[in-house]
Amino acid sequence: MNLVAILVLAAGTYGFRLAGPLLRDKITLSDRVREYVSDAATVLLVALVATAALIDGQHFAGWALPAGVLVGGVLAWRRAPFVVVVVAAAVTAALLRLAGVP
Amino acid sequence: MRSMWRTLDKATRRDIVTLAVADGVVGASFGAIAVSAGLSWWVPVVMSVLVFAGGAQFLAVGVVAAGGGPIAAVLGGLVLNARHLPFGLAVGDVLGRGGLRRAIGSHLMLDETVAFAMAQRDPARRRAAYWVCGLVLFVVWNVGTVLGVLVGQVIGDPATWGLDAAFPAALFALVLPALSDPATRRAAIVGAAIALAASPFLPAGLPVLLALLGLFAARRKPLPRKETDLEMSR
Repeated sequence: MNLVAILVLAAGTYGFRLAGPLLRDKITLSDRVREYVSDAATVLLVALVATAALIDGQHFAGWALPAGVLVGGVLAWRRAPFVVVVVAAAVTAALLRLAGVP
Repeated sequence: MRSMWRTLDKATRRDIVTLAVADGVVGASFGAIAVSAGLSWWVPVVMSVLVFAGGAQFLAVGVVAAGGGPIAAVLGGLVLNARHLPFGLAVGDVLGRGGLRRAIGSHLMLDETVAFAMAQRDPARRRAAYWVCGLVLFVVWNVGTVLGVLVGQVIGDPATWGLDAAFPAALFALVLPALSDPATRRAAIVGAAIALAASPFLPAGLPVLLALLGLFAARRKPLPRKETDLEMSR
């Protein structure tokens, strides 16, 4: 990883980040399109949750990780406080790994 | 910054602090992993300041650690970060007006800041949540990275602490309110299924982008004017 590579990655990432806010000025979005764009962000975040919970690289991530996310997810759904959701997910995965679950 | 902090309710502030603690530890493990992969101390430090995207940073370092070249590392990171473009379209209004705000605010665009902003109801709180979360995470992520470079061996792999499970759970808790809308929920479920099905075949990042196809499942019936207004004010 040399400096040029880091700068290219940083510039490209910043370009993606800046493009959305700038495009919003150039084009007026109808209410309907705005609804879809908002849905798009939610869809991306949920897909991120699903893949982060189940996939490591291109393979199944093992049972401890999805089990932890599931415990956190159920607690979130039952309206548990955010800190409980986060800690419960981490503790579940960590304890399962400690017990030898991959 | 102080007035934004006060705009947020107590629960949101506590939630941001919770995430910040977890993020700091993950930043520290990033610093530790990068150095133990044989990279110079400044590489993770500069990456955390300039790239400021955990997933892409871990991916890039992982590619190099596995013997891949810098081009593969950069391309992988860019594919993973392409999702920020639709993120910016969705929440770009929270950055505020003016070139400087937009220039700095764009750099703070993360899964976490977008999710926090979207979980708030009124525009003032959306903006405050985005900026406070973004600035706090920028500080802890970079302090964490430096600490990890210095004393990283103590922290090691974030998986040992279950932190890899904490982040998806936190994001899920934040998007949950948006999923109460049936059309959004349908799109998200179909999208997640597509991403999972594509994961064994595509490099990291692309499956998540493919999830956008789930939006076709969200095709809404035309709403009568009144209902649309209601939905916008949500």
